[in-house]
Amino acid sequence: MALIEVKDVRKVYRMDGVEFEALKGVSFSIEKGEFVIIMGPSGSGKSTLMHILGALDVPTSGSYLLDDREITDMTRDELARVRNAKIGFIFQGFNLLPRMNAMENVELPMLYAGHPTAERKRKAEEALELVGLLDWADHRPNQLSGGQQQRVAIARALVNDAPLLLADEPTGSLDSKTGAQVMEMLVSLNEKRGITVVLVTHDSNIASYGKRVIGVLDGLISSDGSKEKVESRVDVE
Amino acid sequence: MISFVETCRVSFRAIVSNKMRSGLAMLGIVIGVGAVIAMLALGAGATLQIKSVMSSMGSNLLTIRPGTVTSGGIRMGAGSTPSLTLSDATAIKEECPSIEEVLAQYSGVAQVVYGNQNWSTQISGVTEGVFVVNDWQLKLGRPFTEQDIRSAAKVAILGTTVAQELFGYSDPVGETIRIKNIPFQVIGVLEPKGESSWGRDQDDVVMVPVTTAQKRLFGMPRPDMVSSITVKVKSEDLLDRAQEEVTLLLRQRHKISNPQDDDFTVRNMQQAMEAAQESMKVMSLLLGSIASVSLLVGGIGIMNVMLVSVTERTREIGIRMAVGATSKDIMLQFLAESGMLSMTGGAVGVFLGALLSYVLSQAFNWQTVVLPGSVALSFGFSALVGIVFGLYPAYKASLLNPIDALRYE
Repeated sequence: MALIEVKDVRKVYRMDGVEFEALKGVSFSIEKGEFVIIMGPSGSGKSTLMHILGALDVPTSGSYLLDDREITDMTRDELARVRNAKIGFIFQGFNLLPRMNAMENVELPMLYAGHPTAERKRKAEEALELVGLLDWADHRPNQLSGGQQQRVAIARALVNDAPLLLADEPTGSLDSKTGAQVMEMLVSLNEKRGITVVLVTHDSNIASYGKRVIGVLDGLISSDGSKEKVESRVDVE
Repeated sequence: MISFVETCRVSFRAIVSNKMRSGLAMLGIVIGVGAVIAMLALGAGATLQIKSVMSSMGSNLLTIRPGTVTSGGIRMGAGSTPSLTLSDATAIKEECPSIEEVLAQYSGVAQVVYGNQNWSTQISGVTEGVFVVNDWQLKLGRPFTEQDIRSAAKVAILGTTVAQELFGYSDPVGETIRIKNIPFQVIGVLEPKGESSWGRDQDDVVMVPVTTAQKRLFGMPRPDMVSSITVKVKSEDLLDRAQEEVTLLLRQRHKISNPQDDDFTVRNMQQAMEAAQESMKVMSLLLGSIASVSLLVGGIGIMNVMLVSVTERTREIGIRMAVGATSKDIMLQFLAESGMLSMTGGAVGVFLGALLSYVLSQAFNWQTVVLPGSVALSFGFSALVGIVFGLYPAYKASLLNPIDALRYE
């Protein structure tokens, strides 16, 4: 069953009267439990696609079904609720709240879901334990290394039991070793817990972690295929 | 949906994490509320003082003063005619049944001399009724007798201020003082009354028989005239009746048929009290509204800080929106923040205002009363100011686009 179904999605930006079509009709679907890499150079429209997949923005035309719900014509507040319940975000810059400790950062999505205090604490501890940071629960982001911060962000993304984990260049701010650790964590979450992972990157090394790679170029899907295909193509290059 | 308590916690943390800025934002409200509280306390204190002074003077008093005179269509203003006489006072006492006692006064200012000491003071020519009507008590000596009044005796009773200036701490009773070079025998000293509500020292006075003042001390435009007659009514319920009796009697004595031609005015102390209280109320309202302008300025200060805060925390707002905060959640967070700022400022302001009014009452001997109503009013107003001026910044925050907010550096 498809978790994500994108049909002929277009996105047009208007700036000072000039129209710019960032997505020119994109269609694909992603099944539950997949690990998908969306890859493309900067300016290809992959960030726009990520924003739409993450319900941070709505397409100009086309249809986007997330967990069988149409996102395209939702209001701002409906989108906020969808993000809260269905999507866990992992950003390149971690995007943790600097004045809160790891625990409170992880609790944040549950705060907006309206969970009671005791449950928030229990689930946040669980999530921190899963990423191996329970001992660091009372540390603030600036007291943590980059890899640790990204793991806190992963815990935050997991804590509301969202079916979709959306990662935007999650290793972009990390060195290759910690980057690899973060990637392995995502892979294991995908394999052990069946969480659907969609990862946006321009880095072909990261692409090797995915079972499926969707290439984006100039606002269109340029390739969509299994890992083997991409790897063979990389080999050719 | 985030609970209200959690929203408040989030806002509280934001306030605490930037103490300096929060403090400065509150300052305007603190000053505004403090000023309102202090001003209203001053007003309430003054009103209360007037009330107590008036009732100490006796609220069952009628004051009769010479009125206006109309000559050839020109009205001359209050007191322009020397129409009241000592015999009017005697007649009132004898003929008006609702009246307990009558005081006729004829006063002036003169230099009082004893030995090598001298002192300029009010010389109050009074009838023996002064002790009953104006509630004076004697500390030493004896009061005036009817005989003193009838014979225009050269006797005087001193207020404590005069006694102290002339005699220091020695007993003045039996000594001779000179007023306008006329020797007077001191027969008594008054119990001190202190300052009047208008700040005049009531004890800075020398009392002499009214006839003595008339005949020996101060010249008169008309024989037997007095400057005022004060009447003490038997009870407060009889005030209106007594006023009528006095008015009718004086019209009859002054041969006036048309009430518009009255050459005297009868004033009821209760009316005077109400008028004075009314004017105090207007005064304190005026002071309070001037002070509330500073409260408004404080609100603008809060708005300013909140606007800066929203811009500074754009990225935080983006993160919160990404993980599921709705526009309403963000709006409430910032509203709660400005509300808390202004309410904390209001609370501190109430405290400082109460402190200020206490200091004023100690330093200047002004009576001040911090009424619960004025505390509730200014605190409520400060909360309202915080929410009203917080609305725009909060609304601005809630309108942010999560993508732009996340990108904001």
